[in-house]
Amino acid sequence: MTDRRTIGVFASENDIMNAIRVVRARGYDIEDVYTPYAIHGLERALGMKRSRLPWITLILGLTGAGLKVWFEYWTTAVNWPVNVGGKPWDSLPAFVPVTFEVMVLLAGVSTVLVFLGVAQLYPGRKPKRFYPGVTDDRFVLVLNETDASFDLEETRELLSSLNAVDVDERIGEEGR
Amino acid sequence: MAELLQALTRPLIGGDKTPGQVTEDISGLLNNRPGPLWWAGFFLALTLLMVGVIAGVYLIRTGIGTWGLNNTVGWAFDITNFVFWIGIGHAGTLISAVLFLVRQRWRTSVNRAAEAMTIFAVICAGLFPVLHMGRPWMAYWMFPYPNFRGPLWVNFRSPLVWDFFAISTYFIISLTFWYLGMMPDLATLRDRAKNKVKRFLYSIGALGWDGSYKTWLRYETVYTLLAGLATPLVLSVHTIVSWDFATSVIPGWHTTIFPPYFVAGAIFSGMAMVLTLMLVARKTMRLEDYITTRHVDAMSKLLLATGMMVGLAYATEFLTAMYSGNEYEQFVFINRALGPFAWAYWIMVGCNVLVPQFLWFRQVRQNFLAVFVLSLLVNVGMWFERFTIIVTSLHRDYLPSNWSGYTPSLVELGLLIGSFGLFFTLFLLFIRFLPVVSMNEVKGVLHIGRGGHGGHGPGGNGHGGPESVRPTPDPTTKPEEVTA
Repeated sequence: MTDRRTIGVFASENDIMNAIRVVRARGYDIEDVYTPYAIHGLERALGMKRSRLPWITLILGLTGAGLKVWFEYWTTAVNWPVNVGGKPWDSLPAFVPVTFEVMVLLAGVSTVLVFLGVAQLYPGRKPKRFYPGVTDDRFVLVLNETDASFDLEETRELLSSLNAVDVDERIGEEGR
Repeated sequence: MAELLQALTRPLIGGDKTPGQVTEDISGLLNNRPGPLWWAGFFLALTLLMVGVIAGVYLIRTGIGTWGLNNTVGWAFDITNFVFWIGIGHAGTLISAVLFLVRQRWRTSVNRAAEAMTIFAVICAGLFPVLHMGRPWMAYWMFPYPNFRGPLWVNFRSPLVWDFFAISTYFIISLTFWYLGMMPDLATLRDRAKNKVKRFLYSIGALGWDGSYKTWLRYETVYTLLAGLATPLVLSVHTIVSWDFATSVIPGWHTTIFPPYFVAGAIFSGMAMVLTLMLVARKTMRLEDYITTRHVDAMSKLLLATGMMVGLAYATEFLTAMYSGNEYEQFVFINRALGPFAWAYWIMVGCNVLVPQFLWFRQVRQNFLAVFVLSLLVNVGMWFERFTIIVTSLHRDYLPSNWSGYTPSLVELGLLIGSFGLFFTLFLLFIRFLPVVSMNEVKGVLHIGRGGHGGHGPGGNGHGGPESVRPTPDPTTKPEEVTA
């Protein structure tokens, strides 16, 4: 990793997909791609792995459900048993609805919190801005200038031939 | 077949938009000063809300004796309004979660507004049980927390406690889902804001979103997970609401058909409300290119389908009563159709079963005025459905000496009016300060239905599916051997 990056700016989804294919085949190190919307199929083009967040959801959901069943049993059958209509203390079927709701609540909210944590999104975070208009209609490809063999001019020509509307070098600022 | 292909290749968004134009159109709405129409609507909504506030303050100061309830009819307007508003919310979740999972890409134009509707409807719904408690400042007793009363816990076997958990979860998950979907759009607004205060507020909301694809990838995963969780949740919420009735031993309530019947009715009423709101928004906010005949057509068909399910449930209830041989059950249904509240029953049947039948005709589905009027009638019909279910089952008790009537008091009417005021006030504020159409999602569906003519925007190959953006590698830049 160096602090020198070359950015290629594209005007359409197709252009950037094509560019990613070509620069990956040529062995460039793609640091990240910035897009105004989620492009389907881009993760395959970039060779990214699937997110492991579903496992977190599963674990937290099951934990929430388990704790809730225990809590309902403990309150109704152990801590202060109250006879309601002669129903058994451990009326497990009657505990299903609340258990389900708590499972969904815990799984849903904590998945989002974990996502915000992993993606490092929080109020006051300064967004990386390599190029204006990324949240509007520009697609930005950020290449890492890995070592001395990186040829800026060649890269510039390559990206331009791939329909880049702008190619530029960014040094040391991490786009902030 | 040709017609089918044509339907698949019809553009979702009109006007040959580019992503830049989408940003301009939607965020531009927030830059203009609100027109006289918005102010008129806002003051009307605020007036209605004030009526509700006055009724609410009087109610809390005096007690629920100010309502028209009596010993026999112990539930009436408040629970009707509660079920009505909760039902309205369900279409929002259907559009945002269920249609997302089944890849109905037309939802992108309406999901933001529909989710907002869900949240505001749940807020309106939540007010009624709290007010019905009589001592709303004790509402936190619903929550099982360690207390000095024993600790005496809530009764987890009671559907009313299930309801508390279901509604709270539904509200929190809907809010999370709405906010998550809005984050990238808030970043767009932040990057465009000229005003310092606005930029600051939007940047807080955007949480530093910068469009990094690594984040997008996780974001999509989380969005799908939430959709997957919200789908069974939305079914569970109205199921549990129906259990408030079905677990009792009141004739007309004690039936197993209630959960599916309530869920279908909820989606039916909510879809009508989405249509009402979106048709108004389309006209007043110039969203003609975003909400097209295709969207209205699809929603009208959903309205028709759920309306038929509701109609089927009405008929099934009668059959069950007849077939059960239970005279109390039979009496309740004959009393509904022919008794003192027959007018409410026939408004319900007319608006919910007969009126939607017009939607079989394409001419009606493409006539926005007709759809608007139909959707209003369905809203009316669904309110009366809940009123009929609740009041007619209660007002004729097992003992004829208990029989009574029911007339709502002014306070109850005021609260109903106030809930509409609250709903529309919140909705009008939403369209003033937040993007009413999901910009990032709409940008992702622009290519749908645009034939192979490239040149602008993300030109697809016209298949319309999520896989349709697979570019053909440029033959002039053949990948070379990697030497590094």
